[in-house]
Amino acid sequence: MTQTIRIVDPTDERVPLSRTLAPRPQHLSGVVALLDIVKPRGDVLLDRLEQRLAERVPGLTLKRYRKPTFAKPAPDDLRRRIAAESDFVIEALAD
Amino acid sequence: MPLIDAAARAFRGEVDVLAIGQDAAGNALLVERHQLTAPMLDDSELKISYAYNVEIVPTIILAAAGGAELCRFEGFGKSDWQNVLSQAAYLAGRPELQIDWSGYPTSRPGCGSKSVEPGVAERLAADASGSRLRARQIELGADEDPFEFMFERGLTDGLPVVPPTPERVMRMLAGTRRDAQEVIATVPPNLAPLTIEKVAANAVMAGCRPEYLPVVVAVLEAVCTDEFNIHGVMATTAGATPTIVVNGPIRHRLGMNMKVGALGSGNRANATIGRAVKLALRNVGGARPGEIERTALGGPGKYTACYPEWEERSPWEPLHVERGFRREDNVVTVFGLEPGPRLIVDQLSRTAHALCGSLGMALESCWHPKLHAYGEVLLVISPEHADTIARDGWTKAQVRTRIQEAGARPIRELLPDANAGEGMTLRQFGLANPAPEQLEQRIAKFRKPENINIIVAGGEAGKFSSAFGGWFSGPMGSISVSRKIEEAPKSE
Repeated sequence: MTQTIRIVDPTDERVPLSRTLAPRPQHLSGVVALLDIVKPRGDVLLDRLEQRLAERVPGLTLKRYRKPTFAKPAPDDLRRRIAAESDFVIEALAD
Repeated sequence: MPLIDAAARAFRGEVDVLAIGQDAAGNALLVERHQLTAPMLDDSELKISYAYNVEIVPTIILAAAGGAELCRFEGFGKSDWQNVLSQAAYLAGRPELQIDWSGYPTSRPGCGSKSVEPGVAERLAADASGSRLRARQIELGADEDPFEFMFERGLTDGLPVVPPTPERVMRMLAGTRRDAQEVIATVPPNLAPLTIEKVAANAVMAGCRPEYLPVVVAVLEAVCTDEFNIHGVMATTAGATPTIVVNGPIRHRLGMNMKVGALGSGNRANATIGRAVKLALRNVGGARPGEIERTALGGPGKYTACYPEWEERSPWEPLHVERGFRREDNVVTVFGLEPGPRLIVDQLSRTAHALCGSLGMALESCWHPKLHAYGEVLLVISPEHADTIARDGWTKAQVRTRIQEAGARPIRELLPDANAGEGMTLRQFGLANPAPEQLEQRIAKFRKPENINIIVAGGEAGKFSSAFGGWFSGPMGSISVSRKIEEAPKSE
């Protein structure tokens, strides 16, 4: 009988996929999603960003989104809606 | 051996007679000593012995051509041999063997087969083609220390783990009748399927005994629910951990400690059940500190947090009965709470009113004294404190009412100010420009009295209780979940 030791892999046996970041765009245009995860004062940050973006990039469409709670991942339908409706996303993690 | 050889010669061409030995050197010796003409097969790897479930050597088996067993006996029995040789002669269509039986004893016992020696049987079961194990197995080099290997691969919580060899995992699986490949949950954050086999591997690592396995499984089923939200509990930058309370007769069967030092340390079942849950969440779910587990500070409960209630010492209904289970049910309840208990000292109160007032004041520090209308906590009342309350005949409901009363504060004390910048906002109370008397409204510490979960545990001496502070509890965060342990070991 073999004397080497074997162990049962206690992990999910999946190797994480590595993803490369999307290339940084040279210009802002189209629709920018502003996502509030509802941590305290995230709305303050996004209000200011919305105001500044509107001033500096005329013609940009700014859309606001909210997660129901910061304590859980964003619901699938919210993620799908943002992906379908926007070209960029800015997420305010805040506190 | 002479009988085997005589049968081989007599039935050659019709019935194959094979000698099978479990030790290569010993086999060679037997062949030489008995001038054996029957083929001697080497079963050093014990696979044939395992496949035929041989427990005693010698075992004589008469089998049909397809392998189906017709008869077997163990050890030496004169009449058994006469019977099997007679059957073989009939099958071979040959005359019965003429043997001088006078030199043979009536019977002689055999001895234990190598295939059932401790440790060997589990390895054979793990290797067999119908093995319950399907997970990838990793072979370590002969010079590799398995304990160091587990550290290097990032599989531990920082303490050594028991290497989950196939033999140990097979022994652990003896603790359940469920299919090893049954997927019991999908574990966040990786959303990985969790099989009983993977639970067993992590339970081995944690140091569990097989009879603990059904408890570990029930807890993992409970935490991987939408209500409990284990993703949030593990990922929060605050510090939360699945905190387990065990109720029912199983506490005694597993030898859990609900008395002196109930909240740690020193008891194998308490310590390893909670640890197995955490290891499974880490290794299968991917909740590793510094990666998806993001707590700023953490705490000792991040290693393990599993406690039985001392139901027999409590003046009240135990936790699981309050939650609708029968007293004889075995139930786990999981809470997303601070990773460790905080001590509440009260050595002077002699009435339920005074003592529960102290408990209410102490609980006010959970989260922050200015944060009120919050969710679930777990209060562990020691026997001496329980006696003080019981002397006045108070129910759990009265205890909760008094805690709420003692912890209530006027809104004006809950607003952030220069001395303490945390607190509640007027908007949370639906107030914009409040009149002074509106700020006098008293707000209880907890949203509902039932948010104060109460169990009794601890040593007989000591006027100290403990509390586990809460996390972000409720439908937007985590809600405690109770689950019956479906498979409990029989009492011994």
